[in-house]
Amino acid sequence: MTDTTPSVTPPKTRHTALVWMTSQSPIVVTVLALVLGFFVGAIIIITTTPAVLDAWRGLFHSWGAPGHAIKVTLDNVGAAYRSMFTGSVFDPSQLWHSITTGKGFDASLTPISETLTYATPLIIVSTGVGIAFQTGIFNIGANGQAVLGGIAGGVAGSMLHMPMILHLPVTLIAGIAGGMVCGVIPGVLKAFTGAHEVIVTIMLNYVVYAFLLFAVLSTAFQRPGQSNDISRTMDPSAQLPPLFGSTSGLRVSYGIFIALAVVLFAWWFLDRSSIGFDFRVTGANPSAARASGISSRTVIVLVFLVSGGLAGLAGVVQAASTTHYVDGGFLIGNAGIGFTAITIALLGRNRPMGILLSSLLFAALGVGGRTMQAATGIPLDLATVIQSIVVLFVATPVLVKEIFRLRAAKTQAVQLATQGWGS
Amino acid sequence: MRLELRGITKRFGSLVANDQISITVEPGQIHSLLGENGAGKSTLMNVLFGLLHPDEGEILIDGVPTKFENSGEAVRRGIGMVHQHFMLVPVFTVAENVVLGFEPTKSFNRVDYQKATDDIRRVSKEFNLEVDPDAVIESLPVGIQQRVEILKALSHDAEILILDEPTAVLTPQEIDALMEIMRSLAAAGKSILFITHKLKEVKAVADVITIIRQGRVVGTAEPSASESELASMMVGRDVELTVKKEPFSPGEDVFEIRDLVVRDDRGLAAVNGVSLNVRSGEILALAGVQGNGQTELVEAIAGMRPVESGTITLNGRDITNASPRKVLDAGLGHIPEDRQRDGLVMSMTVADNLVLNTPRRAPFAKRGTRNLAAVTENAVRLIKDFDIRTESPQEIVSSLSGGNQQKVIVARELSRELTFLVASQPTRGLDVGSIEYVHRQMVNHRNLGNAALVVSSELDEVFALADRIAVMYAGKISGVVDPSVSRESIGLLMAGTVMETAHD
Repeated sequence: MTDTTPSVTPPKTRHTALVWMTSQSPIVVTVLALVLGFFVGAIIIITTTPAVLDAWRGLFHSWGAPGHAIKVTLDNVGAAYRSMFTGSVFDPSQLWHSITTGKGFDASLTPISETLTYATPLIIVSTGVGIAFQTGIFNIGANGQAVLGGIAGGVAGSMLHMPMILHLPVTLIAGIAGGMVCGVIPGVLKAFTGAHEVIVTIMLNYVVYAFLLFAVLSTAFQRPGQSNDISRTMDPSAQLPPLFGSTSGLRVSYGIFIALAVVLFAWWFLDRSSIGFDFRVTGANPSAARASGISSRTVIVLVFLVSGGLAGLAGVVQAASTTHYVDGGFLIGNAGIGFTAITIALLGRNRPMGILLSSLLFAALGVGGRTMQAATGIPLDLATVIQSIVVLFVATPVLVKEIFRLRAAKTQAVQLATQGWGS
Repeated sequence: MRLELRGITKRFGSLVANDQISITVEPGQIHSLLGENGAGKSTLMNVLFGLLHPDEGEILIDGVPTKFENSGEAVRRGIGMVHQHFMLVPVFTVAENVVLGFEPTKSFNRVDYQKATDDIRRVSKEFNLEVDPDAVIESLPVGIQQRVEILKALSHDAEILILDEPTAVLTPQEIDALMEIMRSLAAAGKSILFITHKLKEVKAVADVITIIRQGRVVGTAEPSASESELASMMVGRDVELTVKKEPFSPGEDVFEIRDLVVRDDRGLAAVNGVSLNVRSGEILALAGVQGNGQTELVEAIAGMRPVESGTITLNGRDITNASPRKVLDAGLGHIPEDRQRDGLVMSMTVADNLVLNTPRRAPFAKRGTRNLAAVTENAVRLIKDFDIRTESPQEIVSSLSGGNQQKVIVARELSRELTFLVASQPTRGLDVGSIEYVHRQMVNHRNLGNAALVVSSELDEVFALADRIAVMYAGKISGVVDPSVSRESIGLLMAGTVMETAHD
């Protein structure tokens, strides 16, 4: 059947144009999933906000009630999403404020700065997880690797003293090395004993969390004069300075350039490097990889070094740019960035560019959610709900296409089914 | 039961897979549907089996128009299908697979395995289909797995049996056995729709032949038609059924195996003391019924299975237990038995697959960075040289037909600098045109003075290619003979008769 592959005919009507686009590009499905995510979020706002519910309860009390109910609904949903946007991307009223008062643009840049600050470690760690996924390896231990990277970087940053030109690179390298050490353990165990990486990495996370507490309570690393689980502060020479200077109040740091460099590296690594080719072949078909002379042991150990190293880098970047120390809850709160990274890699289809965009989206939802909570009282959890729903829909493209009445879903499924029959 | 397909049309987007196809199958008739890969045979069968819905046309059973919403309905109406790719659960037993979805039950809804087993014994006895109901599917050879599929259809009281390329995976003996089964089923009044592209089989077993090409019925033929007539109708041009070879002038030993012992996954000695040699300019064909150790032997040669004892030498270098990388670098080309598992990465492009085992070789990469321009250039050249039908080098391999997928592997292996080629079932599942092409490439390779080991369970292929024939039986070489011997003596060797008695 495939000797005569169907040629791609351009769309004629708008409906088929949408069908054509979804069949050509998964990006469209992602965008539609995003729309659905916000739609479901709106329903949750409506059903959980007392003001909205009250307005609907009074539906039959007066002639104007239905109109009032709709207005209240739109107002509340609108306010929630507006504050989410102004809190994470850009606030026009702040811009006007900046212009009229001449106080500089810091206030209007704060939302985007916060989003980038949160996105920075996410981009790095998710790229590492994505590379592992592409190799067919489930690195569930990215969180532990990031924590160990943070500890190693924290130690190097606070206990060694040297000029910045040396200190910052040493700190970053220490972080990468920390992540690699934590990553290479499951790698070696899998390569040489066949131990399943999911189990080993999950368990190692707990080991690392315990080690983190031990480290921040140890005499050498604990902040002098403190009995809490908090480490020494990293030297300024080991910190990633804020992009707009320490006086501006904008937290976004030079770490964002490290994140962009990682994305660029990952693109080169997967698409252009020979090792990356081995990784992808191994991930797509381990049998063919073996027959083609690729050593699966080498690949498994290497992918854990790369993935763990990137997780470690994320950990040290977080410490060096935002907190400047590590404490007993470092990177563990909110499920931990290593686990968010799994979701982000999935949403970004394990491609560096996709991961970059998904990280920004997740960071924006998180940061904007906080503003929304402050402004409207709608809990921050709504952001998490939207994140989860978007991922859910991305993972089920057929469902998305059905919801948007894209018949392409059907024909495609049939064609997929026929591939298996041969012809 | 009389089955009639009337004006069936099925489109996939702009592609017309079936165009106004009409076929009638009478009760007790073996109706053969002959066509190349991609001609639309499987689509038609999927329409008939309720897996696809036709855009136009109708299906009539005993003259009554019928519509199948799904395959379950087709099964209930007495249509049974044996797919080319088996639909079996590998970790279940034969009995469990046969009753799957129609389990006989005891009290409290427990599955009655005893009844299932007994039923299978009865049906297999009735139709001469020997299978152990308690064997686990994944432990069975392909030929037996297929019997399970047929059993499954028969146990659901199928009146019309669709066999989709049933012989693609079978040995000559198994094919003979299958044809016997088909004849007895037809004699019992069952209709059989036999889909294939193999001319010999069609001639041997069919009552009526319908030939389709590019989704259309191009004609019908009697089984008495000659093979070349059928082939040219099927392909649409004249086809050479045997490849011309230069005279045989062997040189030095290039490849040698001595006293090789290799264990299979269960730890049994699948290869048990095999010694072979191949000279330059020679094709040694390794014939034998599948499952006699050929797979393990080839895997051991390719470095993918440990060697227990004995040696493998290539160009004077000991490659016993070397890694696949070392073996490839020593000049071995390998066309694996399972092309989709070992030969290709189905989700990658044609261009990437064409450099799958040479990604680091100049000019494809330099200091760890791939040179994609060179990779594409290489693909463009090989696509042209090896006549791979693909839209572009960047097309994903899984969208190519089986024949073209195989051409990708053949092109990749023969375009490397090789001294020795191991080809395992190189034309399994391919159509006439592709077989002709692959054979010609392998003979060219040999004419250039290279050595090759061709493992095949198809005698036609063995005779078409071989300069010498070695026959493998139960892990041992039962004889090495000249291709001038009769099919019967090879058959005897394949059945395990030792050399001396096989000689005339």
